[in-house]
Amino acid sequence: MIEIAHLTKEFDNPDKTKLGVLRDISLTVEDGDIYGIIGMSGAGKSTMLRLIGLLDTPTSGTITVEGKDLSTLAGKEKIDYYKTIGTVFQGYNLLMQKTVAQNVIFPLTLSRGYDKKAARERVAQLLELTGLIEKADVYPSQLSGGQKQRVAIARALATDPKLILCDEPTSALDSLTTQSILKLLEDINHRMGVTIIIITHEIAVVKKICNKVAVLEGGVLVDNGPIHQVLDSEMHPVTRSLFGREED
Amino acid sequence: MAEFIAEYGLIILVALKDTLVMVVLSTGFGYLLGIPLGIVAYVTDHGSISENAAVNAVAGWIINIVRSIPFIILILFLIPYTRFVMGTASGTRGVIFPLVISAAPFIARMVESSFNELDIGVIESAKAMGATNLQIIWKVLLPESFPSLLRGMAIATITIIGYIAMAGMVGGGGLGAVAINYGYYRYERPVMNVTMVLTILLVQLIQVAFNIIVRRVDKNR
Ligand SMILES: Nc1ncnc2c1ncn2[C@@H]1O[C@H](COP(=O)(O)OP(=O)(O)O)[C@@H](O)[C@H]1O
Ligand SMILES: [Mg+2]
Repeated sequence: MIEIAHLTKEFDNPDKTKLGVLRDISLTVEDGDIYGIIGMSGAGKSTMLRLIGLLDTPTSGTITVEGKDLSTLAGKEKIDYYKTIGTVFQGYNLLMQKTVAQNVIFPLTLSRGYDKKAARERVAQLLELTGLIEKADVYPSQLSGGQKQRVAIARALATDPKLILCDEPTSALDSLTTQSILKLLEDINHRMGVTIIIITHEIAVVKKICNKVAVLEGGVLVDNGPIHQVLDSEMHPVTRSLFGREED
Repeated sequence: MAEFIAEYGLIILVALKDTLVMVVLSTGFGYLLGIPLGIVAYVTDHGSISENAAVNAVAGWIINIVRSIPFIILILFLIPYTRFVMGTASGTRGVIFPLVISAAPFIARMVESSFNELDIGVIESAKAMGATNLQIIWKVLLPESFPSLLRGMAIATITIIGYIAMAGMVGGGGLGAVAINYGYYRYERPVMNVTMVLTILLVQLIQVAFNIIVRRVDKNR
């Protein structure tokens, strides 16, 4: 379970003023959720994911994961936390000089004295799951966008994380490929019980796989909760336009 | 022709060998200093994995100051230190020390720019997987920029060949020294021509060799 309480993030502007990117955000992600965070470009979605992923620190407020306040983690604990989450980015971020299999095994090789045989078996499993068995020894430059994202997802799963963070995983993909990537994420959630937080600016993504949604607008959480509940409520104009646009 | 070979053949061959030795040693030691310096400059940069303004400024200073000294002046300036480190300030041995000192910052800059070509997202995602800074350098930064580092190495090697020729004017060995001592002072035009052709061939050979290697090594094409 992830509890976000009064999360605020400001960046320093060059002129020493503060840029408020997230303002007083509170929400709870339950185990097994596929939580969508939706909003326009610049709403603060990526910043929020980076805070949960401990790639940046909040200005104020707390993020508590499995009862641990992230701000208290340091050194080894921080590294251990990173290993309990997987991250998938819009730009794939694959190692271009390594094969698909080498990319997927990479997170495992970061642990001292890892079991080589077990790691290889794990990689084979993940390549099977993501439909990449035939691509094991191919380099990423020879893959399509959808295949690259599958590699990234397989890699994110390597350490058997409980939580996967996805930052616009399908935004660079065509709609058919998007469907198959979303299906894969859904499978992972159902079969392995992995909690997923997925950032997107496309309502279709939320409708397709999320059970809960948070709508961000200018760093403010304007709507939040189970999808049907949000739809039944008096929606914020931004939420209404997001959900409405799709039906046109 | 036979006469020319009898008189200068051995001299030129030895000079070629000296040049090769100097190229290999000074490029090698230049990289031994330049890579760590380039890594320090990169990782301590603003927004990088181990941001540190003070260290970054010092590294930048060292690189910029040494790079702004013309090589010929650096050789002369370093003579006492060269004597101390190498035992002599002339000949092949005497040239390697100033060559390394002068090439290292240049190499560091090229190494740094190779690193900068990398997508910062790749570094960040390694961090998100729990990679330590050392692991990021060793397992991501260096292998991912390896082809680019090799491309830079071709440029560094060729630049060093130019420096070596220059060093020939102030007592260094190699093809540059032969061109000056025989081709120039003794007006032996054929010697001049041969050293010229050999240098061109050497540079072309290096460029072609690096191109072939990079093409084989680079998987991101
Ligand atoms: N490291 C940073 N320094 C300064 N401003 C930033 C930084 N990261 C993001 N921002 C700003 O924060 C705002 C939200 O960015 P982001 O979280 O990336 O939005 P989204 O992912 O919703 O498009 C933007 O105005 C962006 O320019
Ligand atoms: Mg974003």
